[in-house]
Amino acid sequence: MKLLLAPAVVVLAIFGLALAALFQWSLREFIPGSLQTGGLTLANFRGVLAPQYLGAIRDTVVLSALTTVLTLVCAYPVAYALARTPSRRVRSTLLVLTIAPFFTGAIVRTYAWVLVLGNTVVTWPVPMLFTERGVLVGLVHFSMPTMILILAAALSHVDPAYERAAASLGASPARVFRRVTLPLSMPGIVSGGLIVFAWTLSAFPTPELLGGGRVKMIANVVRDLGLDSFNWPGAAAFAMLALVLTLALLTVVGRLSAGRTS
Amino acid sequence: MILRLVVVTLLAFMTLPTVVVIAVSFNPTAILSFPPAGFSLRWYENVLTYPQFQRAAVNSLLVTGGAVAVVLPVGTLAALALGRGRLRGRSVWTALLLSPLVVPGVAAGLGFLILAAALGLLRSRSVLIAAHVALVLPFVVRSVWVSVRNLDPALERAAASLGATPWRAFRRVTLPLLRPGLFAGLLFAVVVSVNEFVVSLFISNRVTEILPVAMFTYVVNYTDPTIAALSSLFIVTTFVVVWLADRYLNLSRVFLQH
Repeated sequence: MKLLLAPAVVVLAIFGLALAALFQWSLREFIPGSLQTGGLTLANFRGVLAPQYLGAIRDTVVLSALTTVLTLVCAYPVAYALARTPSRRVRSTLLVLTIAPFFTGAIVRTYAWVLVLGNTVVTWPVPMLFTERGVLVGLVHFSMPTMILILAAALSHVDPAYERAAASLGASPARVFRRVTLPLSMPGIVSGGLIVFAWTLSAFPTPELLGGGRVKMIANVVRDLGLDSFNWPGAAAFAMLALVLTLALLTVVGRLSAGRTS
Repeated sequence: MILRLVVVTLLAFMTLPTVVVIAVSFNPTAILSFPPAGFSLRWYENVLTYPQFQRAAVNSLLVTGGAVAVVLPVGTLAALALGRGRLRGRSVWTALLLSPLVVPGVAAGLGFLILAAALGLLRSRSVLIAAHVALVLPFVVRSVWVSVRNLDPALERAAASLGATPWRAFRRVTLPLLRPGLFAGLLFAVVVSVNEFVVSLFISNRVTEILPVAMFTYVVNYTDPTIAALSSLFIVTTFVVVWLADRYLNLSRVFLQH
């Protein structure tokens, strides 16, 4: 059985090597104007907390938190419909509409929002494109399919009989939702929320195109440092920050769901 | 009913950009307007004749083709190892095989860039292919694994007891039974690889770049609806593929199964 895994181990080893290279460069001294590096240093990680980048880190955390909350609110009704509809046709339609954006690439989806936010369809009362508002809309749209699928999976575990029982005992629909459906779907809400938060922390194409250089998140700083300034050690330190934050959050998700199944 | 109205509104929010892109792609002028002032196919013509898109399309074909050819057998073998027989540390293996999924694109991209520079492979498509193989592997393993779990080992034992060699039993019994998982894996591998952008941006240049990277560069530099036309082609292809997949593979089983 182990032998069958050998080719996959080679693939994972190459991937691991790339991440090891990233880690190593994050600890090397940057020599401006050169791709050569100096000795070992922690200066790159101190650079992450330099005043000119604190704004990007704060924006990243704020935008990720707002995206998570808004995506939860917007995804829940669709997920509920997906999990509860008795009609196979409706379920199929909902599923295709949910998954299709998941399959169209990041560039196509983000470009579409450049058009919508750039006053081609409607004229917005406030500027949208190249603002944090616009980036937020794009991020929510981007996270919707993932969240819908996670919530729908959680909701399909909630037996509708509980909701019917609560209703037959006189609870109003709002009360049934608040006291029965919502608490029972909490596992999906928690893991969906954490996953979307983690992914948004390292979002790149959406802030890059919808932010137009005026809204910077962590990943955009990595690109600027790495591909414009050729400061690979500095970029590597930022990328390590994104990697560690994401892995830490997803480990929490893994722990939570493992705790539930055991 | 209020819920229905809310759901329809949210679905409109999700599909609005798609509709706008397709409408704008037929716009007769370079200045974007909605609804379009007329009907024209000139941006589609532009897509097909723009040299950088032609080059990028060839690169996409080479990179995705190369990556899929490698990842499908690799992922299938790994899924068989996970799903069958005794394997110590199965959960660790699963986590490892799915790990490329959770690494931020910029981290993987910069890592591969540094690695490629160290190996002197900055101008090579092989780094792109290697990166795509790793990024797509989790999707293939997951898809095939679903089929492996539904496989009844008694069928292979029956083939063996009727005198089939292990290889013949694998080829005539196991492989055909894995077909739905293999198709789903192939679909995912192609879709994810064709649309991969962040990592590819870091490790490609004007000569080796794939379509999403070329589209990104175009969007940053020009504002005419050419990208709307190319995006429409992507969108229509995707919808057809997802619709066919739902018809023949029953997507709710793949996506809503636990």
